[in-house]
Amino acid sequence: MQRNEGVARPAAEPGRRRDLSETLLRIEGVSLSFGGLNALSDVSFSVRKGEILAIIGPNGAGKSSMLNVINGFYWPQKGRITYRGVTHSRMRPHEAAAAGIARTFQNIALFRGMTTLDNIMTGRNLKMHKNLLLQALHWGPARREEIEHRQFVEQLIDFLEIQAIRKIPVGRLPYGLQKRVELCRALATEPELLLLDEPMAGMNVEEKEDMCRFILDVNDEFGTTMVLIEHDMGVVMDISDRVVVLDYGRKIAEGTPDEVRSNPDVIDAYLGISHG
Amino acid sequence: MVSAIRSDGSGETFPAVFLESVKRMGEQGVAIREKDYGIWQSYTWGQVQEQVRDFALGLAALGFQRGDRICIVGDNRPQLYWGMLAAQCLGGVPVPLYQDSIEREMEFIVGHAEARFALVEDQEQVDKFLGIKPNCPKLEHVIYKDPRGLRNYQTDYLVSFATVQERGRAFGRENPGYLEQEIAKNRPDDLAVICYTSGTTGRPKGVMLTHHNFISTSLSVSEFEHLGPDETILAYLPMAWIGDFFLSFGMALVGGYTVHCPESSATVMQDLREVGPTYFFAPPRIWENLLTTVMIRMDDASWIKRKLFHWAIGVATALHKKRAAGQKPSPLDRLKYRLGDLFVFGPLKDNLGLSKVRIAYTAGEAIGPEIFDFFRSLGVNLKQLYGMTEASVFLAMQRNDEVRSDTCGVPVPGVEIRIAADGEVLFRSPGAFKGYFRNEEATRESIVDGWVKTGDAGFIDHDGHLRIIDRAKDVSKLHDGTLFAPKYIENKLKFSPYIKEAVAFGQDREFVACLINIDPNSVGNWAERRHLAYSSYTDLSQKPEVLELIDAEVRRVNASLAEEERLKGTQIHRWLILHKELDPDDEEITRTRKVRRRFVAEKYKALIDALYSDTQHVQTEAKVTFEDGRQAIVRADIAIRTAPRNGHA
Repeated sequence: MQRNEGVARPAAEPGRRRDLSETLLRIEGVSLSFGGLNALSDVSFSVRKGEILAIIGPNGAGKSSMLNVINGFYWPQKGRITYRGVTHSRMRPHEAAAAGIARTFQNIALFRGMTTLDNIMTGRNLKMHKNLLLQALHWGPARREEIEHRQFVEQLIDFLEIQAIRKIPVGRLPYGLQKRVELCRALATEPELLLLDEPMAGMNVEEKEDMCRFILDVNDEFGTTMVLIEHDMGVVMDISDRVVVLDYGRKIAEGTPDEVRSNPDVIDAYLGISHG
Repeated sequence: MVSAIRSDGSGETFPAVFLESVKRMGEQGVAIREKDYGIWQSYTWGQVQEQVRDFALGLAALGFQRGDRICIVGDNRPQLYWGMLAAQCLGGVPVPLYQDSIEREMEFIVGHAEARFALVEDQEQVDKFLGIKPNCPKLEHVIYKDPRGLRNYQTDYLVSFATVQERGRAFGRENPGYLEQEIAKNRPDDLAVICYTSGTTGRPKGVMLTHHNFISTSLSVSEFEHLGPDETILAYLPMAWIGDFFLSFGMALVGGYTVHCPESSATVMQDLREVGPTYFFAPPRIWENLLTTVMIRMDDASWIKRKLFHWAIGVATALHKKRAAGQKPSPLDRLKYRLGDLFVFGPLKDNLGLSKVRIAYTAGEAIGPEIFDFFRSLGVNLKQLYGMTEASVFLAMQRNDEVRSDTCGVPVPGVEIRIAADGEVLFRSPGAFKGYFRNEEATRESIVDGWVKTGDAGFIDHDGHLRIIDRAKDVSKLHDGTLFAPKYIENKLKFSPYIKEAVAFGQDREFVACLINIDPNSVGNWAERRHLAYSSYTDLSQKPEVLELIDAEVRRVNASLAEEERLKGTQIHRWLILHKELDPDDEEITRTRKVRRRFVAEKYKALIDALYSDTQHVQTEAKVTFEDGRQAIVRADIAIRTAPRNGHA
């Protein structure tokens, strides 16, 4: 196989020793319907601390709905979500954010008129504690606080190699870079669990390779647990520790990329290759 | 200058020069800045001394021996420059490599240099070294600067820069005085660097240069240009390129300059603006980019800004031309220039980061005169420089009051330049290299009787300026023995905005003849403005008005060739405009737009024969390949023009 710059890491693979035994998030019997349409039916799986979990499935399988349930955007009619040992039947988005769950969106949701830097700084809002008046005056403790946050953000900018676009309004950036800025903003909240909704959609091969490298590096460097939705099977197989497969709102398989790849139900439902 | 260095640079090495600079610049003076995390982080000379000391001792702890080579790979980073100096302290030789080289290229150089050590920037380079390690048995230690992404690499020969420094501090405690002893053992004739030249043909060759080569050249350049210790420079060109080693390492250490390392290769232009260097070096490509950026931004500007800009540029160009022609500008001209400077040039230069430049060089290849003149009219002291790796860069450069776009200036003090019988430029200088590393044969070919062959053909013009005309191997002779340099003539033609390509013929012929390609965009625009209707490229190329337009350009080129005694015999006599563009799809030029001379000569043999006959017209047809791969035949009746040659019966 041709070596894939940036993604393949010789000598690194055997070294990726992480303890993946602790469960961070447990989804139990979650069902979600919109009127008569069942988006999710009785889905259960768990996310281990420190892993990269991919959710795959055909269009309309309920992947984005699953992410929306996890970060509290949708409230499921049935089921339980246990995050860091605390069980919720429903969680509000701001509670999820405060609890360390961050996400990126399928259709980039940045402030297009603001610069890259300002966009990423908004990711620090939750961490700013000084009162609004001081912040508005940019004075005293608020100023010091902002400097600290800026330092943190600059480390992320360096990490994601977007120094050159720091001062450019996001709306003027190419798509691949906007996705990276969005990832950076999500990281600025110092998430424990990061939800990525199609982080590589619409990218060319080179941009995808870069993004893969950043996802692996973030996981490696910060130990961030990640749940991602992705269509590119090559990417999924390369970077995820485990894969959950959804089809028509049901979970049809779960396991390592290799296990999933050879599962006949998955081949039928998703990969579309007949096995005979 | 530095008192401890003898005026000819003998008796000194870089580590010694560095320690002098530390003493002179004090502990507080800033030696190097790197933009990191959005802020320019400074290191004083004293801090650099500690960094270098710890790393050098760390290398010693790893078993670094005198004469060992250490490969240096990465973007311009302070740690990489420190690594070079640290290796030199121990009598070692840094071998900088191009950071974008692929594994195979690196493997050749690392193997050929028999390097035991490598200092690389980050994971990207480490991965390459992991790949080549099995084929480079001599390579023992790979040291990386940036640990990002490497924490899980389980390879015993991988070690971080910080770890090496830590081991160095321990080694230093156990072996007090070790480094000082090693530095004292260094001799000026020891190798300071081996620079592998990229080489358009064959394997790269390792150019061996000594401490004495660089320090003596640095001193003569500093004197020639009146450079002081307050110079500010931007280290942004590849470290493997001799120009960067000379400027960001050599000159900076000898002169005590402040070096600035950009945040990343993508931010160089922003960093340039923030730094505002006083001494700046860029190949023609960069000047061209800067100019294009300005023009594009102006096209998008509001009409009033655009008007003001073009008025000011007009004023500046007119004044520049007057000065070049030796006329005195009138007080009104000067007033207008002042206004232009206030409203346009000043802010523009500030925006480009050129407002503090005292001396700027362009080198490497020919620069278009309009680009050169643009920057000079703005008031940027842009000058031509001629040099090569084998000469420690500098061979010839222009004095501040003798700057022209078409010469390379006069020999730098200490450099002797001689033109061989076949037109090749030879030199002898204190900066001349010691030979190619482990390549006796190439060394013998290159250095003959103490003179180094440059491989370039040139001549000394009536003002004593060196002019480079072509690569020596492309230069030939006309039938009557006149020197014929095709590329020199072609470049002169191509400097016209209306001419895109030109191919000159003349070897063993009576006179020079040219095939010319018009530039469809600029000539097309020109035709539209004159309401000249045309149906195709072929049609446009044979319009009588277009022939007249190009005729004026050929006359201009002939007039400039006639100014030089040695070249006036090669004025263009007969020429024609080709009915189709030379195209890489038709294999007439390479993808990098170099004319494939022999192929063109064969393909257009009928046309060339016609040029060397008496006919005024030639019928032709040619097969063209369209972008979708279809082929078609283009027929044309091509006019052949005869140009008057100055001073010719």
